[in-house]
Amino acid sequence: MSASSAFSDEKGGSASEPEYGHDPASGGIFSSDYKRHDDLKEMLDSNKDSLKLEAMKRIVAMIARGKNASDLFPAVVKNVACKNIEVKKLVYVYLVRYAEEQQDLALLSISTFQRGLKDPNQLIRASALRVLSSIRVTIIVPIMMLAIKEAASDMSPYVRKTAAHAIPKLHSLDPEQKDQLIEVIEKLLADKTTLVAGSVVMAFEEVCPDRIDLIHKNYRKLCNLLIDVEEWGQVVIINMLTRYARTQFLNPNINESLLEESSDKAFYASDDEEDEDKKAEVATLAKRKPYVMDPDHRLLLRNTKPLLQSRNAAVVMAVAQLYFHLAPKAEVGIIAKALVRLMRSHSEVQYVVLQNVATMTIKRRGMFEPYLKSFYIRSTDPTQIKILKLEVLTNLANETNISTILREFQTYIKSMDKDFVAASIQAIGRCATNIGEVRDTCLNGLVQLLSNRDELVVAESVVVIKKLLQMQPEQHSDIIKHMAKLIDNIQVPMARASILWLIGEYCEHVPKIAPDVLRKMAKTFNNEEDIVKLQIINLAAKLYLTNSKQTKLLTQYVLNLAKYDQNYDIRDRARFIRQLIVPTDKSGALNKYAKKLFLALKPAPILESPFKDRDHFQLGSLSHLLNAKAGGYQELPDWPESAPDPSVRNVEIPEWSKCTSRKDRKEKKVEKPFYSDSEGESGPTESADSESDTGSGSESASASDESGSGSESEESGEETESEEEEEDEEKEKKRKKRLDKTKAKKPAEESAESEQSSGTEDRKRGRKAVKNQKSASESESESESSESEDESEEEESEEESESDTDIRKKKTPVSKQPPKQSKKESKKETQEMSLLDLDDFEPAPASAPVTPVNFLSSSLVSDLEGLSLTDTILAPTTIAPSGLIKMYELLHRITGEGLAVEYCFSRQPFSPEPNMVAVQIQFTNNTNSETKNLHIEEPRMQSGMRIREFAEIDMLAAGESVTVVMGIDFCDSTQAANFQLCTHTRKFFVSIQPPVGELMTPAFLTENDFKKEQGKLMGMNEISEKLTLGEKCVNEHVIVERVTATANLSRVPCGSDKECRFAGKTVSSGCLVLVTVTTKEGGAAQLTVNCEKMVIGTMLVKDMMQALSQ
Amino acid sequence: MIHSLFLINNAGDLFLEKHWKSVVSRSVCDYFFEAREKAVEPDNVPPVIRTPHHYLINIYREKIFFVSVIQTEVPPLFVIEFLHRVAETFQDYFGECSETTIKDNMVIVYELLEEMLDNGFPLATESNILKELIRPPTILRSMVNTITGSSNVGDTLPTGQLSTIPWRRAGVKYTNNEAYFDVVEEIDAILDKSGTTVFAEIQGVIDACVKLSGMPDLTLSFMNPRLLDDVSFHPCVRYKRWESERVISFIPPDGNFQLMSYHISAQNLVAIPIYVKQNISFFETGPSGRLDITVGPKQTMGKTVECLVVTVHMPKVVLSASLNATQGTYNYDPVTKILVWDIGKLNPQKLPNLKGSLSLQSGAPKPEENPSLNIDLKIQQLAISGLKVNRLDMYGEKYKPFKGVKYVTKAGKFQVRT
Repeated sequence: MSASSAFSDEKGGSASEPEYGHDPASGGIFSSDYKRHDDLKEMLDSNKDSLKLEAMKRIVAMIARGKNASDLFPAVVKNVACKNIEVKKLVYVYLVRYAEEQQDLALLSISTFQRGLKDPNQLIRASALRVLSSIRVTIIVPIMMLAIKEAASDMSPYVRKTAAHAIPKLHSLDPEQKDQLIEVIEKLLADKTTLVAGSVVMAFEEVCPDRIDLIHKNYRKLCNLLIDVEEWGQVVIINMLTRYARTQFLNPNINESLLEESSDKAFYASDDEEDEDKKAEVATLAKRKPYVMDPDHRLLLRNTKPLLQSRNAAVVMAVAQLYFHLAPKAEVGIIAKALVRLMRSHSEVQYVVLQNVATMTIKRRGMFEPYLKSFYIRSTDPTQIKILKLEVLTNLANETNISTILREFQTYIKSMDKDFVAASIQAIGRCATNIGEVRDTCLNGLVQLLSNRDELVVAESVVVIKKLLQMQPEQHSDIIKHMAKLIDNIQVPMARASILWLIGEYCEHVPKIAPDVLRKMAKTFNNEEDIVKLQIINLAAKLYLTNSKQTKLLTQYVLNLAKYDQNYDIRDRARFIRQLIVPTDKSGALNKYAKKLFLALKPAPILESPFKDRDHFQLGSLSHLLNAKAGGYQELPDWPESAPDPSVRNVEIPEWSKCTSRKDRKEKKVEKPFYSDSEGESGPTESADSESDTGSGSESASASDESGSGSESEESGEETESEEEEEDEEKEKKRKKRLDKTKAKKPAEESAESEQSSGTEDRKRGRKAVKNQKSASESESESESSESEDESEEEESEEESESDTDIRKKKTPVSKQPPKQSKKESKKETQEMSLLDLDDFEPAPASAPVTPVNFLSSSLVSDLEGLSLTDTILAPTTIAPSGLIKMYELLHRITGEGLAVEYCFSRQPFSPEPNMVAVQIQFTNNTNSETKNLHIEEPRMQSGMRIREFAEIDMLAAGESVTVVMGIDFCDSTQAANFQLCTHTRKFFVSIQPPVGELMTPAFLTENDFKKEQGKLMGMNEISEKLTLGEKCVNEHVIVERVTATANLSRVPCGSDKECRFAGKTVSSGCLVLVTVTTKEGGAAQLTVNCEKMVIGTMLVKDMMQALSQ
Repeated sequence: MIHSLFLINNAGDLFLEKHWKSVVSRSVCDYFFEAREKAVEPDNVPPVIRTPHHYLINIYREKIFFVSVIQTEVPPLFVIEFLHRVAETFQDYFGECSETTIKDNMVIVYELLEEMLDNGFPLATESNILKELIRPPTILRSMVNTITGSSNVGDTLPTGQLSTIPWRRAGVKYTNNEAYFDVVEEIDAILDKSGTTVFAEIQGVIDACVKLSGMPDLTLSFMNPRLLDDVSFHPCVRYKRWESERVISFIPPDGNFQLMSYHISAQNLVAIPIYVKQNISFFETGPSGRLDITVGPKQTMGKTVECLVVTVHMPKVVLSASLNATQGTYNYDPVTKILVWDIGKLNPQKLPNLKGSLSLQSGAPKPEENPSLNIDLKIQQLAISGLKVNRLDMYGEKYKPFKGVKYVTKAGKFQVRT
């Protein structure tokens, strides 16, 4: 549309109503159209946000009305970097709408989004990607591709979700990018967050729905995540999984369907055929193995079932179709109830549901029979719903319920809605043909309708009666006579034609009436409708053949009239029939067979449901509804003859499995010291040591760690390095002491060697342990198979890979680098899960899991289960050594009158609110009486800071102690949180001040990410200090330990051994904190901290300096 | 998925269009107008219309057609459900979803649509998230906005979108913490001429209005949960606890929402609160007919039936009605042929009766059919199924909330055949 036409458009509108938005002034002020746009431009150019906003609002209102506003493009795009959020948003709206038309100008805005993609705030990154990918300008395809790729590996699941959304956009813009996009899809499919799952499957469906192989490894994960995915994602995933399951599993009804077929045949086929068939079938049945459902098939059915209770009709329908297409016959029934429930919904929903129910009732009638009455029709239903309900009722009719159904139909016939009445009559006809017992009753009923006053009803009845009579004409000559009389009154052409056909067909039964009817019809021939004329010709021909004496002349007359008819069909027919029936000298061989031709026995019509063959379309799909293939419809594949290899789903991701198998290996040896109570190599001295320090739980963890790394040390040096990192994170203080001793001999390779020795010793005992372990894992997997739904999918896969361990063991050392990375990756992802998956949290449990205890469980459980989703298990592997956790005093025993309170920063993510720091508080009651109602009151904090109290402790018995966890949002400041700690008798003012290092959580970056992020945080955000390392800081380990003790950071892999890198982000705002320690000759070192929050950076540097120079 | 959306009013004016992919010309709606014309009644427009290049999926709500344009295969219910969600969001934001409110709030509507779909795939449909993104208009705010020029777009970034409980916004604070639950049951029934029940079932919903600070974790339990065998839940409800313990455990969204709906099917015995004696007949001779309707209480569980209304869709030939009501008022609209008898409270001592004659169009044949009666009623403080809430427990927060449960029974699609 050109600009000028837009103006004229608006001119028309502006007279009657204020054109733009709801500002009543606008109509008056800007009365001239040409000026109006100038004015908008002026407003956009002003530097007042309120004016810009007003202008943008009007422009958006124009767009909403479909008016052209494209000439404002340059003026609007200028504001893309506007600070005001609403203006910005409206500019985005405008940009997305018109960028396609103004490609060159649109490019001006791209750099803004590119900048946005680098923003530290995930929401801004996401929205930048969203707008960037919505701009349909081909030139920026490479930029989009790059942005998507980057976003796909973003830390934030929300950004990754946006990346998934961007994939189909790019694909539709430039299909040539498909291959690259598939790679991104593959990567995102492996994502473990519920947020991403739905969107990526949607992208998969749009870009590469045929790449079913991408699903294998993610199948179980998708099944398990399904219930927590948002509802729209659920629909897409379920539909995709239906198709997937059809290609991968065997038909659960395979035996039944054979039986069904045979019974069907028995019904229709002639006897001799049947015998043979039966033999063949028995043979095939015998050949076939008994059907056993694939556990993955079962998993899908089990995990989708609860979604039948979703409030979203689309989800319910998706599950219903999944069950219909995939479930064993006995289980399909459960969907009926849910579908019937949907019928209460809006009429559009009813319409779609009824269409699908109609198809289902043809195949599985029994399923809906109990709900027959739910399909009864109300006079207030819209006609299209009535007709569909009628269809369902007809499909449901059988010998037992036919009488109730017919009674219902009888009331319908009295309805005011004539289309519906006609449909009801047809329905009666169908019931009559399908159920022999009621045929006569129906016929009588229909004949009664012939005397109805409404012509439509009569006509419809005639048509239906005609069809019914065709089944057994002999018994009903009186009905035919009755119908013949009707011809005088009925005007509806179809009905007249039907009667004429009936009389012609059965003229032997009514020999006297037939010629008379023909006589009447000949008289009115010229005024009849075409369809009636054709039947008159037919009637004449048939009578001529049977009763030529009486009708010869009449026939001649009719044929002559037809010869000069306007309609060529009729002329043709007349010519054709004349040649056939009237013998002339030229007439050919056909003449002899005329009677056979006309009066052959015609098979009775089978009245079928229009929904008969619809089930080859996937139910619930648009194609099914239209009964035609819609664009982009994916055929529902047939069941495979034999199931493809189910083990494809076992593997997680190739790298992952390697990593897990490595873990397994470790675990085998790890297991031993743990179960054997950590004696042996780790030595009596050590256990004594550790007991004094942190208790046996953490000790065993450390022991397992050591032996774990020991087993690994046989791998190459590079491997060892990565291993060391892990140790660093998980090791404890006293372990270091021991290392220090050994180091005295061979400082360089000490760790490797000492561990190797431990490893070998371990291995001796290891063999026994392997057996133990195996039996343990077996029992574990048994409990698994007993359908405990809660088990996360990883565990299962773990279990399986475990059994394969021996084979994989040999394979493992092939590649060194990838496993290392993947490990990091896996950690990263799981950690994020723990931050976000709050579903199962128990809000502030009275005695929350204490870290040391956790730690014990971690080595045990995480080794057994590998990468699991639950945060309690995961946290320890990612968090600094618990032994380093410092306890602080909150309330001294004396000031607290016997109540001592200590706290520490557990470094666990605080699951109810991820942006709070978890503070673990330990109460000890040193009095002789019990303390009651321990709780927090009157928190006094700096603005913005929040506290999440622990649940009140009802009672603390004398001498007991209890530990709780509370969350505090410090807003990334080291301001103290002040509050009152109350008992049933006293109140104590206390305060918690966090060290700066506790305000962050570890972030997992790759080396490249690290460098990139560091690059963004230069200048003011970088603080660099030189220092001299303390005497004890002689090697990397110590440095790592000191740093992680000071701040809750995680180590970033790094190629150089001179540098240690750490990354974390602040808990409240998620700003990245990057720390680099570069060691130099002679104990000198350089410490660099990059952080957007300069205060935090400065404080962190101070703390670090202190820690490292000790 | 969803390409474009057009909003069309009953008169056929297209008053809003929104495109999520490239622009689809509004001429595509001509196919819709054609179908609309054919259907006569707006109810009868087929929800899915096929055009040569597109598919139009439409819903009709509050006198507005929401017509969406689809290009490729997509589950139709997905689109329909989404469109209804859009209508509900408008209702939530503007109090009602009508042409005027949409036109008045064009920019907000447009912003909402922008956030709800991304490239045609639903992005944010939870009202709690949307309200964080775009604040709903209030009179006060719109005044402040016009004066100060400030915006109604939230300046805080929505964190709800990032959490795994997207339905609840973070940092909720109330001075009065309260949680109200309305158990609303509707009786769907068809009674035949003689008054016997052809079919009856109960549709129930529990609407909640929860205004609680922080992150409360609620558990709602029933006295007789066994009544409920067919339920559907808001996504916040934990299915597993329902499966295992028959309690409803959830972290509620903030504000009003529908917690669950249930369906007590035709297999159970459903109490019918009233009976209707009626006699409508048209005489063979002369253009007139008679009407006599009496309503009386049946199984009301000792409660009063209120807001009783009888609606009759008369045959086309009925010109006027001269009737006499012992209670309430009646009104016959000769254009729509609808007779409405508003009774009000049902008095069991003196049964309301409506009696009189109908005059028919002269010369027209006596109507074949008898009109059916639609009943509307309301019973306070009663859930006709007998469902009772046992208790509501709150975990995770320490204040004592104010709790309340209200029961009400209504007639749903309650029809008496004659």
